[in-house]
Amino acid sequence: MMDGVGTLDWRAEGLRLGIPAPIAMLAELTHRCPLSCPYCSNPEELARKGEELGTDDWVRVFGEAAELGVLQLHLSGGEPASRRDLVDLVRAARDVGLYTNLITSGIGLSERRLAELDAAGLDHIQLSLQGTDAEMADRIGGYSGGFKRKMQVAKWISDIGFPLTLNTVLHRQNLHQLPRAIEMALEMGARRIEVAIVQFHGWALQNRAAMMPTRAQAAEASRVVADARVALKGRLVLDYVPADYHSDYPKRCMGGWGTTGLNVAPDGVVLPCHAAQTIPSLTFDTVRDRGLAEIWYRGTAFNAYRGDDWMQEPCRSCERKTKDFGGCRCQAMALAGDPAATDPICIKSPLHAELQARTEAFANDGEAQLTHRGQPVA
Amino acid sequence: MTPAADDIPLIPRGVRLHHDTVRGQWVLLAPERAVALDPVGHAVLLEIDGARRFAEIAARLAETYGAPLEQVSADAGAFIGGLMDRRILEIA
Repeated sequence: MMDGVGTLDWRAEGLRLGIPAPIAMLAELTHRCPLSCPYCSNPEELARKGEELGTDDWVRVFGEAAELGVLQLHLSGGEPASRRDLVDLVRAARDVGLYTNLITSGIGLSERRLAELDAAGLDHIQLSLQGTDAEMADRIGGYSGGFKRKMQVAKWISDIGFPLTLNTVLHRQNLHQLPRAIEMALEMGARRIEVAIVQFHGWALQNRAAMMPTRAQAAEASRVVADARVALKGRLVLDYVPADYHSDYPKRCMGGWGTTGLNVAPDGVVLPCHAAQTIPSLTFDTVRDRGLAEIWYRGTAFNAYRGDDWMQEPCRSCERKTKDFGGCRCQAMALAGDPAATDPICIKSPLHAELQARTEAFANDGEAQLTHRGQPVA
Repeated sequence: MTPAADDIPLIPRGVRLHHDTVRGQWVLLAPERAVALDPVGHAVLLEIDGARRFAEIAARLAETYGAPLEQVSADAGAFIGGLMDRRILEIA
C-alpha cells in the first residue's frame, strides 16, 4: 500500500531537533515495598498493584528503550523484588543489550532468586542501607528484622560475585553513621558507595523537620567523603550528593531536563524525573498509548524545560545556567510555587534567605517525629 | 594509579564492551557509568584478555599502530590507570 506515510526515524528527528538520546532509564516496576522509609522518593499517591504494567508491557518498553539509545536500565520501585516476574524482566532487558542494575533493599531476595538473577544476566546490584545497625536501620525503614536480612543478602551477593554498590541515604538522625557505612561497603566488597544526603522530594518533604541535617553535620559529611576519596582511591568509589538546603548553588536538574534520562512509573506513565508529577501544569504520556521514542522527542512534559527558553531571571542571564540549569524544577515548584522559577537553593534566588532561615529551624527542631511512607491501596 | 609492566589488567565482572548502534560508537558499560570510547580506547580494551601483561599489551599496540613503545606505554598506562581508579578495570 502506498499512503506516503513512512516510519519516522526518531534518531534523525532527535538530531534535527537537537535533542540527545537518553542514556539511562529508571523502571519503577512497582510502588509496593516492605519498607516504609520516611524519605521515599515515590509520589504520595502510590500506584496500585492492579495498575502496574504487565510483563509483556515492560518487555516491549525495554526493547523500545534500547532502540531509543538507552544503555543503562535501573530496575527500581518501590521494591523491585516484590515483582514476581523480576527474573524474566532482567533476562528480557539483557536480551536487548541493556545494562541491568537492580536497586533493592534486599528484602524479597532469597539465595535461590539471586542465583536465578545471576543466570538471567543481572549486571549489578545497588543495595540500600537505612542505617549501620539493626536499631537504626529497622527504625528508619519501618521494618523489624530488615537489617538482619539485608546483611544475609549482602553475603549472598558477595558469594555470587555480583558487582555491588552500597547506597545510603543520610539525614540528621543517622549522619553520624557515615564512617561506619563506608567501612561496611569495604567489608561487603562493594566497588562503590553512594552517599546521598536526603533530598526533599516525595515523602521526605513532610519530614524536613525530623531529617534536616544541621549545617555542621553537612560540613562534616563533606569532609568525611573528601578524606575517604583520597584514602580509598582505587578501592572504593564514593558518589556524593551533598545536603542541598545548606548549599549556595542548586543541584543539576537530572543532568538537564529531558537530556540524559527518563523514568517509567509502575503504571506506565513516562516522567522526565521521579518527582515530575508534583508539577501540576505538566501532562504526561503513558507507554500504553505511545511509543517511548515519540514520548521522549515529542512529549510536552519532556519539552517543557528543555533548553532555556522557559527560564526567568536571574537564571536567564546567569553564567551558571548551562551548568545547573537553574536547579531542580520540582524543588522550584515545591518551594517557590513556580516550576520555572530559580531553585530557591540558589543564592541568587530572592527566596534563598528565607529558605536558609527555615532550614536552620528544621535542623534545630528537637520535637519532630518521622512520618513513614504509606503503602499502595490494595 | 598506573599498571606496572608485569600487571595483568582485567575487565571485571559487571563491566562490558558494548557497541552503541544509536550513537555509532563503542562504550564501556559499568556500574552506574557508560564510558564512551574513542578508537584508541577501544583498541586498548580489546587487548585486555585477563592473561596478557601490561608490557605485552603496550608492545602489541605499538606494533599494530607503528607508534613508539614509550609513548604507547605512557598513554595506555594512563588510560588503564584512570579506569582502575574508578574501579572499572582491575589487576588480576
